[in-house]
Amino acid sequence: MEGMKLFSAALLGGALLLGGGAFAAEPIRIGAIFSVTGPAAFLGEPERNTAKMLEDEINKGGGLLGRKIEVVVYDDESDPTKAVTAVDRLIKKDKVVAIIGPSTTGSTLAIAPKVEEGKVPLVSCAAAIDIVSPVRRFVFKTPQSDVLAVKQIYRHAKKNGISKVAILTASDAFGSAGRKELKELAEKSGVAVVADEVFGPKDTDMNAQLTKIKGTAAQAIVCWGTNPGPAVIARNRKQLGISMPLYMSHGVASNKFIELAGKENAEGILLPAGRLIVDEQVAEKHPQKKLLTKYAKEYEARFKTPVSSFGGYAFDALSLVAQAIKSGKSAEPAAIRDSLEKTKGFWATTGEFTFTPSDHNGLTEDAFVMVRITKGGWEMLK
Amino acid sequence: MPFSSFLQFIVSGVTVGATYGLTALGFTMIFNTTGIINFAQGEFVMLGGMLAVFSMKWGGLPLPVAVPLSVLLVTAMGVGVDRLTIRPMRGKPAVSLVIVTIGVSILLRGGAMLIFGKDTHALPPFSEGAAIPLGGASLLPQSIWVVGITLAVLVAMKVFFDRTITGKAMLACACDRKAASLMGINVDVMVTVSFAFSALVGALGGVILAPITLTAYDVGILLGLKGFAACILGGLGNPFGAVAGGLIIGVLESLGAGFLSSGYKDAIAFVILLALLFLRPSGLFGKASADRV
Repeated sequence: MEGMKLFSAALLGGALLLGGGAFAAEPIRIGAIFSVTGPAAFLGEPERNTAKMLEDEINKGGGLLGRKIEVVVYDDESDPTKAVTAVDRLIKKDKVVAIIGPSTTGSTLAIAPKVEEGKVPLVSCAAAIDIVSPVRRFVFKTPQSDVLAVKQIYRHAKKNGISKVAILTASDAFGSAGRKELKELAEKSGVAVVADEVFGPKDTDMNAQLTKIKGTAAQAIVCWGTNPGPAVIARNRKQLGISMPLYMSHGVASNKFIELAGKENAEGILLPAGRLIVDEQVAEKHPQKKLLTKYAKEYEARFKTPVSSFGGYAFDALSLVAQAIKSGKSAEPAAIRDSLEKTKGFWATTGEFTFTPSDHNGLTEDAFVMVRITKGGWEMLK
Repeated sequence: MPFSSFLQFIVSGVTVGATYGLTALGFTMIFNTTGIINFAQGEFVMLGGMLAVFSMKWGGLPLPVAVPLSVLLVTAMGVGVDRLTIRPMRGKPAVSLVIVTIGVSILLRGGAMLIFGKDTHALPPFSEGAAIPLGGASLLPQSIWVVGITLAVLVAMKVFFDRTITGKAMLACACDRKAASLMGINVDVMVTVSFAFSALVGALGGVILAPITLTAYDVGILLGLKGFAACILGGLGNPFGAVAGGLIIGVLESLGAGFLSSGYKDAIAFVILLALLFLRPSGLFGKASADRV
């Protein structure tokens, strides 16, 4: 009898040991939802690439807490409905401990209730302020909020003696969010919006809107949208011979924009952008310098395409999660969330992140610099 | 609103409208010989622009070679679409054929996405030079190409249908396929010819518009839709109506965006289209149909 007990205890112990061993080898699973295909593919593709690149790098460096990480990527095809299906699978089937992405605001807002319910931290790569305001316990985001970009633009305009602007925004989620901020912040910034025009994200001719703006008292145009609309606007502006300055949003901060608009049409366009596209012009001493150059070099070497700030959002999201796991010494979803919220002064490609219980974006205006497109390249303005 | 603005709206509207018209022309040709709407028409337009862009990018060809090459390739694809998908379905109801064309359009769009990627691309303009001032408005040299080529295609079609035996044979197929066949007209060949022509016309529209509006694997959807609307507006089956319908929609959109609100640009054009169809169900230039009892 006694021997029997001893035997079964040994068996149990052995099983536990074995099971424990298997558990330790099990990788830490981090979910990712990106718009790899569909209209938002220009965001999702570099984001997916970056996440995969960073996964390899972390694993090469020995993983996290002695375990490898595994990034499970789903493509939401730029469709919020598919993002909801993907998040269900990530939480229930793949049992991930944290999720990065989605790429678009629409998808992020669609899955936010799911991650709150499933108590899995989400670090979104989408920009709109609605994602983190009001604050949701489990939802964070890496891109700079539009409001920071708008402030930068208005400050630059004001400094250059511009007090009347025309706004020209896309009729999609990104453009509408920008339009709201542009109108709300105008008065506070001492700028008057004298024309408010809209274009469809798939429109191919914006001459009508620009002609209308030309006839107003506007001293500058602020355009808010993502490619290809803004590129068409840059072309049409040149065609109509409009000489007033044209400001764009950070949504076009990639070389693709210059290529689409054409060098001569893009010349002189001003926009706020993350430091990633001007990494070579960032001062040597700047805390982001090393990080930016390394990421840009590795990305371009591996994927043979120029780096964009969009991939940087995913880089930051995964880095933040990895950092939270390391500093919290736990890969449990709730612990990661708590640890994320304590992130302080963490430099990543977009800027310096300091999360607090009331700020789940954690960036300041410093995350943007004003750049001017000069001779087909980006020039950082002082 | 100064007159120069008004003129600018008209100029922009006519340029874009001309390509709606060319797309509509493609719809008309196939409808006339087969009685079906080819929903892959928009994809021919997309392929025209994309193939030109990539024969320059990958093949290193100069623009004057890339453009005709792309148009020829798309024409050949039009023949391929007929031989591989439409002819085997001969005798099946029109609805089945229409669904086949929808399938073809999805296939072409997906294929283009896989081969060329998801980015938007620009084609250089056919002739260099700055915008031409025109009574306060400005006109791109490319717009002249667009309008010129559209008119040339229209005249060529008119001559083809009125003066050549093949053109007349195609019209005969449109009137009554069975009777045409009994008269010794090879209806199959006529259908193939009509697919070739509509692919050609679509591709032409695609290449001449690409320098102005940029192109991507998915531009065919919207262009196809607008082209179809132009076709209905002008009266289904009437080539002149198709081009006129395209121009009208283009100008209405531009004026709507300029004078009312740019947010409702697409809605304005379609509301007017609906209103017109209530008043004249057969379109502006269509004959009221009274057959098929």
